[in-house]
Amino acid sequence: MSKTRTTISRRGLLKGAAATAGVGAITGFPAIVSAEPVTLRYLGTAVNQSREIAEKVKQDLGIIIEYVPVTTDDVTKRVITQPNSFDIVDTEYFSLKKLVPSGNLLGMDAKRIKLADKITPVFTKGEIAGKKIGDQGTAPKKVFYLEGQTSKKFASQPTQWITLIPTVYNADTLGIRPDLIKRPIESWKELLNPEFKGKASILNIPSIGIMDAAMVIEASGIHKYADKGNMTKAEIDLTMKTMIEAKKAGQFRAFWKDFNESVNLMASGETVIQSMWSPAVTKVRSMGVACTYQPLKEGYRAWAAGFALPKTLKGRKLDASYEFINWFLSGWAGAFLNRQGYYSAVLETAKANMEPYEWAYWMEGKAAEKDIKAPDGTVLEKAGAMRDGGSYEARMGGVACWNAIMDENEYMVRKWNEFIAA
Amino acid sequence: MSRVASSRAALWQAAPLVVLLAVFFVLPLVLVVVVSVWDYNDYAILPDVTPRNYRDVFEGCLVALPELCVTFKTYLSTLKFCLMVWLSTLLIGFTVAYFLAFHVRSLGWQVVLFLVCTIPFWTSNVIRMISWIPLLGRNGVINQWLQQAGITDAPLEWLLFSDFSVLLAFVHLYTMFMIVPIFNSMTRIDRSLLEAAYDAGASGWQTLWNVVIPLCKPGIVIGSIFVVTIVMGDFVTIGVMGGQQIASIGKIISVQMSYLQFPLAAANAVILLAVVMMIIWAMTRAVDIRREL
Repeated sequence: MSKTRTTISRRGLLKGAAATAGVGAITGFPAIVSAEPVTLRYLGTAVNQSREIAEKVKQDLGIIIEYVPVTTDDVTKRVITQPNSFDIVDTEYFSLKKLVPSGNLLGMDAKRIKLADKITPVFTKGEIAGKKIGDQGTAPKKVFYLEGQTSKKFASQPTQWITLIPTVYNADTLGIRPDLIKRPIESWKELLNPEFKGKASILNIPSIGIMDAAMVIEASGIHKYADKGNMTKAEIDLTMKTMIEAKKAGQFRAFWKDFNESVNLMASGETVIQSMWSPAVTKVRSMGVACTYQPLKEGYRAWAAGFALPKTLKGRKLDASYEFINWFLSGWAGAFLNRQGYYSAVLETAKANMEPYEWAYWMEGKAAEKDIKAPDGTVLEKAGAMRDGGSYEARMGGVACWNAIMDENEYMVRKWNEFIAA
Repeated sequence: MSRVASSRAALWQAAPLVVLLAVFFVLPLVLVVVVSVWDYNDYAILPDVTPRNYRDVFEGCLVALPELCVTFKTYLSTLKFCLMVWLSTLLIGFTVAYFLAFHVRSLGWQVVLFLVCTIPFWTSNVIRMISWIPLLGRNGVINQWLQQAGITDAPLEWLLFSDFSVLLAFVHLYTMFMIVPIFNSMTRIDRSLLEAAYDAGASGWQTLWNVVIPLCKPGIVIGSIFVVTIVMGDFVTIGVMGGQQIASIGKIISVQMSYLQFPLAAANAVILLAVVMMIIWAMTRAVDIRREL
């Protein structure tokens, strides 16, 4: 028995040495930790899981990324119920209120994240260009730091332990069909305007849908919330009552739950105004249908996602995960994501990886000098076009609230089911 | 071999199935029932016995009467679909099966036509459902045609994301489950019985009503069980075709699961199971399938 073992390990060593030499020769990287390439199981929503990123990582670091794509809700479920089924997870900040108390995640060591200091202050301080941005709901700054590496408590001051290293974030608003509406839309309250009876939609993900509903209700002057991301029972009742009345009056054509549903509703003209996600608007537009991601005077509902590691991660996989995260922040991935209309965590490295005209269009809100192309080469916008909502500072600076999990989450879900049944 | 030994051998032969059912059917079911009386918080299931989940499911149901609470309303809506789908699939399924069994004489053609019936099943459930959308939509094929033909002036909104579209999709998806068992029952009817009915002077309708239908009852009940159980538990079809605006028990359970309220979802599942079992019990009381098979 012991003999076989030695043979195997010796062989492994030899093979390892050869492979390391090989890697070194091809990519010019010095001999890395070990021989066999490390495979990281990357749990997340399909949104960030691009084939291009996996290929580039393999090329640059020799790490194999194995995507485990599930829905937003299922990411949370997997982290809590099967914490050993992944090596790195890309999840949303608002889920942290559930994930961190479960104790299944590891605080990320800021000292091992090379660009930790360069992460945009949107996350670390909740401000942009020195100006505070809306922090209703689960704003990332509220849940960014942990008290200790395995702590189940969020720290109010910066610490060495970070919950999530941001991957992508964005500011969401309503999508409209300008060709069918034919007049300017300026406020969230238009979603419930009887003018669009039978042509409106809202997303059927309770925790996010209710925040869009709250934006509408506040814009209509029905109620002013102390925190739209953390309503009292009475506020939930009020919100759902208004929505139920609208539903019964036939305001909504349908609700949507996933990306493609929202694209189909809008592209087919079933709806002319609805909650929407930025890439969905881009998709509708690339189908040749006019669609605007309409900035509204009450501001945006923002969301943000980031990397976390499971507590059980050890050894080479742990090192590889840090290596991958460092690579992710180093620019190529950031530029890749910015070109899809998302925002990345470390702006300066992303900028260095983008053409100046691309940066001007996506981040500075300037008119495109040349045709704007998606990472796969399809033309998204013709030269001269401008991004809806303008620059990074204008869009992220206009955030009113963040996706959230309320203290009254259970009650909210029950009321939402009531809304669907009404 | 003694009788004891042979009965033991029989037990051994049954053992694999028993083990399989115990592990993959009985055990999960028991777990669901157990979890349904446990407590929970935002991120964990707490193993304390509590009636809370069942109380939450029926919260306000008695106080609100005669106004229906969410749970009652949802069950009512699901039962309504059940009844409509059952009637439609039964009518269509029976007619198709009747045609296949009695009007198509050659076995070869029967097989061919039967295969034709299964063609829609070559694509996935979801695709079959989604393909209705461009047909029924506001700017869909049917509405365009109706307007061009001058039959309507404005698009018909009720074609899609309505009770109608849900019903249509269900019938399209599940009629096959009616056709197969009814056809099976029909092929087993002794043709001499039909001749005897004819000789005794029964009209076509009388033969159908007094001979064919009674002998098809087991097939009808089996098909009905398929259809009813599928519709009671469905949430995808109702979701997609109803534009997510129509409630179903399955959807409520799925939402609760996605918010990690497993015990509450389990309680709902147990109640749904009880309701479905009652329906099946009533159906099998009407016809003893086992005796007639």
